[in-house]
Amino acid sequence: MSDSKIGSKAAPVRFEGVSKLFGKDVVAVDRIDLDVAAGKLVTLLGPSGCGKTTTLRMIAGLEMASAGRILIGGRDVTRLPATDRDVSMVFQSYALFPHMNVLENVMYGLTFSGFARDEARSRALHGLDLVGLRGFDGRLPSELSGGQQQRVAVARALVLEPQVLLFDEPLSNLDAKLRRQVREDIRAIQQDLGLTVVYVTHDQEEALAVSDEIVVMRNAAIAQIGTPRQLFEAPNDRFVADFIGEANLLACTIVAIDGQTATIDIEGYRHDLPSRGLSEGPATIAVRPSRLRIGDDRGIRATVAKATYVGVRMEYTLTGAFGQVFAVHEDVDAPLAPGAEVRMGFAAKGPVLLHE
Amino acid sequence: MREEPEKTAHPVLIFWILAGWVGFGLLPWYMVEDGLWSFDWLTGGYPFDADVAPALFLIGQGEKLWLAPLLLPLALPLLVLRRAKNDPIYARILILAGALGFGWMIVQGFSIGIRGFSFAWQGALFGDLPIRQFGMGYGAMICASAFLFLLTQGVAARGAINGDVFVVSAIGGVITIVTAFVFFPIARMLFAAFVTEDGAYSVSVFLSKFFDDRLWGIGCFWGARCGAAWNSLALAILVGLITTVLGLCFALVVTRSGFRYKRALRALTVLPIITPPFVIGLALILLFGLSGSVTQFVAEMFGTQPTRWLYGMPGVLIAQTLAFTPIAFLVLIGVVEGVSPSMEEAAQTLRANRWQTFRTVSLPLIRPGLANAFLLGFIESMADFGNPLVLGGNFDVLSTEIFFAIVGAQYDQGRAAVLAMVLLFFTLSAFYAQRAWLGKKSYTTVTGKGDAGMHPLMPTGLSVPVQIIVIGWGLFTIVVYGMIVYGSIVELWGVNNALTLKHYVTAFSVRIEEAGIRWTGAAWDSFWTTISIAAIAAPLTAAVGLITAYLLTRQSFAGKNAFEFGTMLSFAIPGTVIGVSYILAFNVPPIEITGTGVILVVSFIFRNMPVGVRAGIASMSQLDRSLDESSLTLGANSWQTFRRIILPLLRPAILAALVYSFVRAMTAISAVIFLVSAEYDMATSYIIGRVENNDYGLAIAYSTTLIFVMLSAVGLLQFLVGRVQIGRRTELGTGRTS
Repeated sequence: MSDSKIGSKAAPVRFEGVSKLFGKDVVAVDRIDLDVAAGKLVTLLGPSGCGKTTTLRMIAGLEMASAGRILIGGRDVTRLPATDRDVSMVFQSYALFPHMNVLENVMYGLTFSGFARDEARSRALHGLDLVGLRGFDGRLPSELSGGQQQRVAVARALVLEPQVLLFDEPLSNLDAKLRRQVREDIRAIQQDLGLTVVYVTHDQEEALAVSDEIVVMRNAAIAQIGTPRQLFEAPNDRFVADFIGEANLLACTIVAIDGQTATIDIEGYRHDLPSRGLSEGPATIAVRPSRLRIGDDRGIRATVAKATYVGVRMEYTLTGAFGQVFAVHEDVDAPLAPGAEVRMGFAAKGPVLLHE
Repeated sequence: MREEPEKTAHPVLIFWILAGWVGFGLLPWYMVEDGLWSFDWLTGGYPFDADVAPALFLIGQGEKLWLAPLLLPLALPLLVLRRAKNDPIYARILILAGALGFGWMIVQGFSIGIRGFSFAWQGALFGDLPIRQFGMGYGAMICASAFLFLLTQGVAARGAINGDVFVVSAIGGVITIVTAFVFFPIARMLFAAFVTEDGAYSVSVFLSKFFDDRLWGIGCFWGARCGAAWNSLALAILVGLITTVLGLCFALVVTRSGFRYKRALRALTVLPIITPPFVIGLALILLFGLSGSVTQFVAEMFGTQPTRWLYGMPGVLIAQTLAFTPIAFLVLIGVVEGVSPSMEEAAQTLRANRWQTFRTVSLPLIRPGLANAFLLGFIESMADFGNPLVLGGNFDVLSTEIFFAIVGAQYDQGRAAVLAMVLLFFTLSAFYAQRAWLGKKSYTTVTGKGDAGMHPLMPTGLSVPVQIIVIGWGLFTIVVYGMIVYGSIVELWGVNNALTLKHYVTAFSVRIEEAGIRWTGAAWDSFWTTISIAAIAAPLTAAVGLITAYLLTRQSFAGKNAFEFGTMLSFAIPGTVIGVSYILAFNVPPIEITGTGVILVVSFIFRNMPVGVRAGIASMSQLDRSLDESSLTLGANSWQTFRRIILPLLRPAILAALVYSFVRAMTAISAVIFLVSAEYDMATSYIIGRVENNDYGLAIAYSTTLIFVMLSAVGLLQFLVGRVQIGRRTELGTGRTS
């Protein structure tokens, strides 16, 4: 291996009925099945305490599964400790070793992987190059800014060419501006090298931006798995609809089913949308605020309760017999005044029936 | 590239298999008379002479045939060399071999002693054994370690602690040595309490010794003498109370007053660390003894007759209060400083005045700290041996009674054991109370949220008396320590007050001859022994302490609480009890180390281990766990993580553990006095010997020298640790955060 380019040994990860119990009866992860394809970036998303970090640590081998099997690259690693798994992890706190300089930090894992010193060094330098930290190798971690420390942590994990690279809320210690840049960098490196990445976050926007696939978790179980678009546009249930982006939940009645299309009725307003296997009767739909059309001739009667100008758009709170919804409107030049009576309709695409 | 986990090369396993064979086949199995490191045994008939032969050669010559079964567990592990670690047979064979070997070594070690079979029923069963065996030597020790670590590797291979060999071995190792050198001797001692003169066991013997009037008598209420147990208890309670009050005064002055010399007060906390415990007693004799300066002065002033009032309860009480107040101060300053100022500030904004704030907020918050300081003072007073020995007079306390029971004319092991049990009961109760009751009651956890507030000053009505007490007691302490230095350069105290260096000359003279330096002073022997024993013990203590701290803070395993209790227990075992139990346990095979330097080293390791454990726990809990975890995910195993991440980051803690165990080893007396021998005399026991011969000048000169040696050791530590921390601060200082 004289060529010190960083390659990829990306491998798939598979969970088969994996559970994790802390103590006797605290269930952190409850019988989950999960497939992460090689070379994909998969995000574990969910509110705090949903088991996403525990899931990540089980892939790393820092927690041992209480039941089920974990496979990495087809090999059963369920009982293998972290040391012996070909997985590396970028920690939320970065966990850079404060007594080693940047280069020593990045070389640390390489020296345990059987590389000669020179080879390890050149690989480490190449890794630093990749994250844009050429020339910082002699610094101590305390002499770097937060964003730079973050990139050292990424380089340190990257140079091992792990089968799976894990990120535990890597952006949570960065300010908002840096966050966007670093997450784009991470995504770019992942796609360039074709790495398998499992990424934990509780920020849905971050998840939507970086992921090939998102795993939404709730109460130690998986709520839904899908691409960002699938999750956003076709959430399975209230929880997912509400967690990914904002959603207005409205009660409706399915009055007709025609093949894959259902016709719903709210206060006489009719709308066609995919039936998603539901049958006629009462149902719930989720509508994104941007998919509400205000000011049509026909539609549901509503009253503007609140109107807020936020620069790029108007935000309205509408009330009516259906309850209360939140809507945004692009027209900032002719805003509606609070108290105005309007008709509210749905965009042709966007509203989605929820499975209860 | 990364090794495949199915590897069949096991370097650690091979190492221990080899070690087992080296211990069995190459090194002398039994204790070698002149010590292994003299290498005299190499020319003394090795490998065939039975005294120095390795086990293999003994068996080969048809001797000590009971060692032969060990060949089986030594050979067994060879079978698994080519097997993978996750092969169930690998684990099973290693566990079998380790358990068999270790178990058999224990069985044979205890069954066959100096006089053949140790238990009568064995003789009845197998007939008399004409041959005997001595204490285990290096060969046996290495062989036993090999079996132990084969066992732990087997247990790890079965999946314990995620199959982590280093952690399992460390747990096994610590449990084994703590069992061997703390629990085993204590158990031996407990049994000794039931032994009659002809060697049988009897409860009535125990009862008669237990209900002795010298132990529980209450004669002092009508003019006779009280029992040692009551004396000890009363003394310990008084010392605990007084040191707590004084310690609190000092802590309050330092944190909550405008007192100008706070740094000087803080310096007081170093004193108990560097002072051999009995030195205070000596200084008090110089002041208040029959020919003490104060006594003489008062006698001349008022024409009264000098009395011996100092010898007894008052003297011991004063000496212990002087010696242990700094300890209470040290405990309480942390507690008093730890009370979040915002609590007190909140009280003040809620319209409480300073006195009300102090009474309703500050004081309740430090109450657990007060209880803690009291219990520490109680335990220290109970365990103190030096001061009662020097000042006790007719006032018997448990620790000295134990000593006289075993070294005095009465030589009564059973009585010593009973006394030790009573003493142990008191200190363990205090220790247990401290842990069970106070452990959960600390209000002073630092939260990590910014506490920018200021502690309010004490109310004036409190501040004035507290400052008077502190200044008074501080001056008294300075006078006492001044006396020590002054006393060392006076010809003969109270009789001939001419200044002289003759005591130093007697103790530390050297002559430079052609052959080099000749250490002609009387103290050099014990001085060098002390330095070298302390220097050997210090790194071992630090190592055992830090590994234990690592296990306690970083690993979770079944029985961890018991493990922690066991390792901290030796803190509550008074030195005299350790001393007695060590001579009872280790003057017979299988571990026969009485009279050697080894027993001193071992006693220091286990006496001072809690210091290392505490230092390690304190600094390790400040290291973020994600540092270890990231090292593990980067492919380092737990040993490599320990060595390359944790140890370097713990350098200040290691240094502190090293210096403190060194210094404590030099000042210890209570356990040492039982364990010293003509060949290995320690400084402290030498000084006590001088005191008993009324040779105060030499004793005090030697003590002064020790204090200065240790002061420089502690100073060096402060300097080095200070540098480490400063280095870190500048690193952070140049760090830019953007």
